[in-house]
Amino acid sequence: MESLSNKRKVLESKPLNLWERIYLPAVVKGLSITLKHFLFKKDVTVRYPEQKREFSENFRGMHSLKRDEEGRERCTACGLCALSCPAEAITMIAAERKPGEENLYREEKYAAVYEINMLRCIFCGLCEEACPKEAIYLDGDIVPADYLRKDFIYGKDKLVEAPLNQ
Amino acid sequence: METGELIVRLVLIVVIFLISLVIAMYSTYAERKIAAFFQDRVGPNRAGPAGILQPLADGAKMFLKEEIIPTNSSKFLFIVGPSLAIMTACIGSAVIPWGQQIQIGSKLYDLQVTDINVGLLYIFGVVSLGVYGIMIGGWASNNKYSLLGAIRAASQNISYEIAMGLSIIALLMVTNTLSLKEIAAQQHGWHWNILRQPFGFILFIVCAFAETNRTPFDLPECETELVGGYHTEYSSMKLGFYLFAEYINMFVSGAVMATLYWGSYNYPGMDWVAGHTGPVIAPLIGTVVLFAKIFLFIFFFMWVRWTIPRFRYDQLMDLGWKGLIPLAIANIIGTGLWITFFK
Repeated sequence: MESLSNKRKVLESKPLNLWERIYLPAVVKGLSITLKHFLFKKDVTVRYPEQKREFSENFRGMHSLKRDEEGRERCTACGLCALSCPAEAITMIAAERKPGEENLYREEKYAAVYEINMLRCIFCGLCEEACPKEAIYLDGDIVPADYLRKDFIYGKDKLVEAPLNQ
Repeated sequence: METGELIVRLVLIVVIFLISLVIAMYSTYAERKIAAFFQDRVGPNRAGPAGILQPLADGAKMFLKEEIIPTNSSKFLFIVGPSLAIMTACIGSAVIPWGQQIQIGSKLYDLQVTDINVGLLYIFGVVSLGVYGIMIGGWASNNKYSLLGAIRAASQNISYEIAMGLSIIALLMVTNTLSLKEIAAQQHGWHWNILRQPFGFILFIVCAFAETNRTPFDLPECETELVGGYHTEYSSMKLGFYLFAEYINMFVSGAVMATLYWGSYNYPGMDWVAGHTGPVIAPLIGTVVLFAKIFLFIFFFMWVRWTIPRFRYDQLMDLGWKGLIPLAIANIIGTGLWITFFK
């Protein structure tokens, strides 16, 4: 049939000639190619824990709970992040701010317990988008490996940013 | 045999045994490292500097792993298989001359465990025994993959042994002896047999690849078709023995090729070196040269492994029976004509 696109190539498989059939020249050619790799090509491996590839700017890693300019926790435990989370990785328990704690929490309500299950989290960033207080960002590193499932449930001790003056 | 000689022999046996085990151990490391370099990777680099302790870690792992003997296997033969494989691999090196005679005190000692006048036949016998380890192990596993792998190994070894034997016959016509010690001594200086039998060497090395079950002839253990091949059911150190046997075989066949074709411990300028260093150091230099040749062969085995893909079974048989055997016979005839008319 006539080719309409004119792109068709007719490949013919000719029987091998003697040079090709004795196989050894092809072997020698192959050996020289692999030897070039052995001698001259540098490896492309990134030696991971010691050496890290640079992340892209919008890389989403481990979460951090932010503080405001005065070092107070921004989170008000509204639960929107937990609600938006498609993997249901976030839970929290809210508490009321007592008088005298104004330097610790920005709003009258705060998260007494805030937990993210890193095994459930899919790092989609929807919690970050849902947060009205700009309290949560996925701006950390890769979540490290661990041995036990319970150790992947990160509490406030691991999530909250370090206080300002330290 | 007097006591002095007996002690030298015993020491030699122990040393050669240890050397082949250490070389087999570090061949696993070298294989992984060389494979990595061929593929622009790094290879094992965690255990010790540049991964140098990797074989020890692997060995410890092998010993500590659970040992499973399948319920439906033939237990006795299941254990005999790997034992036979490693035993035949180890005894092959007994007739290889590792160097010239060395002078200790006022006496000369051979650097060879035993010089039997049919040394070459001995090697052939041992090499063909090696396939029994694979056969018995694969059969005793009572597993179809193991059985297929074992059958492949057997048919492959039988086919390529013929071509190997025929290529050796041409060499024997040139050397007029079966003793490896004499063959080594004949190649003094640069009179290596490769110059007289280049074609025979190519045939021999192709067969050596097949006999050691190395790529491109590693059909007995080809993962894509046969899971693990003949050692599918093996675990722990029994698997380790099979893998070890393969590397020792590689070492021994490297030694055989170096001895038969590449001048053994001889190298150009050896007389000058012998004149300057004396009767103790000079043979040792020869031994180092021999080992350098063996290591080059081991490197070549690995180099080919990462270059050529595996043959299909029918291609393997085709090459063996229709390719190598006629060529080996032609080589014999050619050698005969050459000896008749030019010597």
